[in-house]
Amino acid sequence: MRSFLATALDRSSSHSGRGWQIAAAAIAFLVVLPILALLAIATQSSGDLWPHLISYVLPHALTQTALLLLGVSLIVVSLGTGSAWLVTAYDFPLRRMFEWALLLPLAIPTYIIAFAYLDLMHPIGPVQSVLRALFGLTPRDLRFLEMRSLTGCIFVLGIVLYPYVYLFARAMFLMQAASMVDAARMLGAGPLEVFFRVVLPMARPAIAVGTSLALMEAINDIGASEFLGVQTLTVSIYATWINRTSLPGAAQIAIAMLVVVVALIVLERTARTRQRYAAEASRARRLQPVRLKGPMALVAVLLCLVPVLLGFVAPALHLGNEAWKRLSFAGFSSRLVEETLNTMLLAGTATLVIILAGLVVAFTARQSRLGIQLLRVASLGYAVPGTVLAIGLLWPMAALDQGLNRLGLVSGMFLSGSVAALIYAYAARFMAISAGGIEAGLARIPPTYDQAARMLGRTRAGTIRAIHLPLVRPALLTAALLVFVDCMKELPATLLLRPLAFETLATHLYGEAARGTYEDGAIAALLIVLFGLIPVILLARLSRKEG
Amino acid sequence: MNAAKSLRRWLHGTMLAGAAVLAAQAAQAQEVNIYTTREPGLIQPLLDAFTKESGIQVKTVALKDGLAERVASEGENSPADVLMTVDFGNLVDLVEAGVTQPVKSEALESAIPANLRDADGNWFALSLRARVLYADKDLNDLTSFTYEELADPKWDGKVCIRSGKHPYNIALISTMIAKDGAEKTEAWLEGVKNNLARPAAGGDRDVARDILGGICEIGIANSYYVGLMRSGKGGPEQEEWAKAIKVILPTFADGSGTQVNVSGAAVAKHAPNKDNAVKLLEYLVSDEAQGIYASANYEYPVKPGAAVDPIIEALGPLKVDATQLTEIAANRKTAAELVDKVGFDE
Repeated sequence: MRSFLATALDRSSSHSGRGWQIAAAAIAFLVVLPILALLAIATQSSGDLWPHLISYVLPHALTQTALLLLGVSLIVVSLGTGSAWLVTAYDFPLRRMFEWALLLPLAIPTYIIAFAYLDLMHPIGPVQSVLRALFGLTPRDLRFLEMRSLTGCIFVLGIVLYPYVYLFARAMFLMQAASMVDAARMLGAGPLEVFFRVVLPMARPAIAVGTSLALMEAINDIGASEFLGVQTLTVSIYATWINRTSLPGAAQIAIAMLVVVVALIVLERTARTRQRYAAEASRARRLQPVRLKGPMALVAVLLCLVPVLLGFVAPALHLGNEAWKRLSFAGFSSRLVEETLNTMLLAGTATLVIILAGLVVAFTARQSRLGIQLLRVASLGYAVPGTVLAIGLLWPMAALDQGLNRLGLVSGMFLSGSVAALIYAYAARFMAISAGGIEAGLARIPPTYDQAARMLGRTRAGTIRAIHLPLVRPALLTAALLVFVDCMKELPATLLLRPLAFETLATHLYGEAARGTYEDGAIAALLIVLFGLIPVILLARLSRKEG
Repeated sequence: MNAAKSLRRWLHGTMLAGAAVLAAQAAQAQEVNIYTTREPGLIQPLLDAFTKESGIQVKTVALKDGLAERVASEGENSPADVLMTVDFGNLVDLVEAGVTQPVKSEALESAIPANLRDADGNWFALSLRARVLYADKDLNDLTSFTYEELADPKWDGKVCIRSGKHPYNIALISTMIAKDGAEKTEAWLEGVKNNLARPAAGGDRDVARDILGGICEIGIANSYYVGLMRSGKGGPEQEEWAKAIKVILPTFADGSGTQVNVSGAAVAKHAPNKDNAVKLLEYLVSDEAQGIYASANYEYPVKPGAAVDPIIEALGPLKVDATQLTEIAANRKTAAELVDKVGFDE
């Protein structure tokens, strides 16, 4: 498939690489189409909405969003970077287990973790019951455990999103040459100084990538934020659309938010441009983990244990318990088998499409300045909330359908209300992970390799096959697995765009949760987590092999 | 060029195969397609009963939001026959979005009171639910309640309610505006906000759970959740939640009655199976279906004289507030603005 693609593109382009650019431009255009549609919607009048928004909605929403992002970034950066450094630079009991276990929270969608923690921390839930029994407290004394608060929301989002930072930081730590750390150590730097003055600054691009992925998830989250009563910008966009029935207004806020997000990303990039982070292509000596003993080993174990316990074990056990109760109360619904299959097939197909398209975009970005711009454009969808992006997709799809109809290729609806619509929506949303991840992998291959291959008579496609694909494989697989998990967990676009009589695990869970209790959906929730584990474990094995 | 040709051939092939399947299906069984924002579990018993009686296969897609947008974008090709939703505000929105069509049906008009359906037949209410008070069962002195009392400072820190922006609460606030005007309603809303025990979030059943947990003492929620919890259909834990509460049907201070909302349906403008769509609506107001609304979902039937479930009957006689639905729908924007203005959800 890969070579077919490469050959086809190479043939059509001969020497110029224009074929690649056309293909990448087509992908970027399709992926950015829903945002263009949103822009068009945003140009319609929203009446007297903005004065109202500015007086009553935006000040609070902006503060809440800023605090949420600040809180979440503190958690994800400290947990993600700290744990990644621990398992790479030190050796302690259970280290090999933590290497993969630290990724497990990736399998838990934000809307499920919010439900689970509301249950766990509720006055009639296990945590407060124990605390009350031990200390004779009343629910009012324990109000600090209220999950329906900004703090609660920061906690649940941080605890499932830190693996994004962990993943990228760890890959960076593994790549880094040991010589720098050794030099620092020899110059008398203590372990903390080594970490803060050498390791952290050098890992900044990786931490920035991981953090921005996590923050995009946080800023666009609707499941946890709305459920926990936090009035973020995304919740306001949603309320503007639904309560004020003003889609133009909602689109206007969404576009404004997109502009701010893009500006922040650009700012971070420019702040880094003067620094160079080129990795040594030669296989430099790897960092030798320092063996920890006694109390220090215990501290390391505890530090790694906390995120795994809070982000995965506790909620998963709770879900397991609820699912068990549900099974004995209502039995196993046979629909779940079909829904699991739907979920896996859909996420699998979408991943394949998104990765192939991402490859084209990333390779083009390697070859030309235009390609880099195309990659940025194709990544925009990740900065738009899923519901809004899905709404933006409705009209372009209808227009594409009409076009196909006019050409006589199909009659009636072809894209709209089909599985293809879902794949399109996922591509529009997650192309950033695919193209961005692959590009980052490619950036580690020195251009001299390309030149050597071309001088030795390889075609462009031949170079890709012989040089790039083997070297970029780990980055490509990492991107594929992240995309897969994200597609599996995706809810808002799936709800809006799916065909008649087609359910996935996530929509099943929504159907149950809509009735006011998610306990009824515990089995589906557990299945999402369990099947989400498969790619996470693959990802873990992969990153171990890399190490 | 070749690629386009082969693509066309391929599409043609699949289309023919698809058409053959469709034709075969049409010969065997009729179908009707529903786009709904109703909770799928609640309407499934009704749809199953309909299929059993009519032989018509039902396909659904349950959306959260964006029903009107999706149908509108699909245009003439939309497979949607019936659009089902809760809250008449949503029904009015569907009509305004131009995705419904008027239906004339003797059966529908005789079963549904005139104020619970669109004059032109663009939408029909199918069931009713009341916005009621859940109160700590030990509040012995509390035997009656007005919505206005929610703002009474004596409930400071004791009130639980879901988001003020939820359609159920927007309808309640809109009704208050219809009665007292926007200014007084704003003061009332401010008062309710000051009484909140926790942020206005979560679902209606959380009110019962939070009363059991000691977070609050009273709260506003929908009537049918009482039936779902008390009957044990929601599982043993919810039965415990329901045991912690008693239910009062509140009225407005003018004594007019309890605020109710509707669930309803419309026939889609471009319904490919319009006859079946009308058949489905007519079935949903039949005695059998209205009985299922009452017994399986604990809603109030829309058909005058149809029986309600014993659990709901035990809440006491329902006297419906007489405010016109159209007036309530018209006040929704103001209501949403007030919610923002007093920072109800903050």
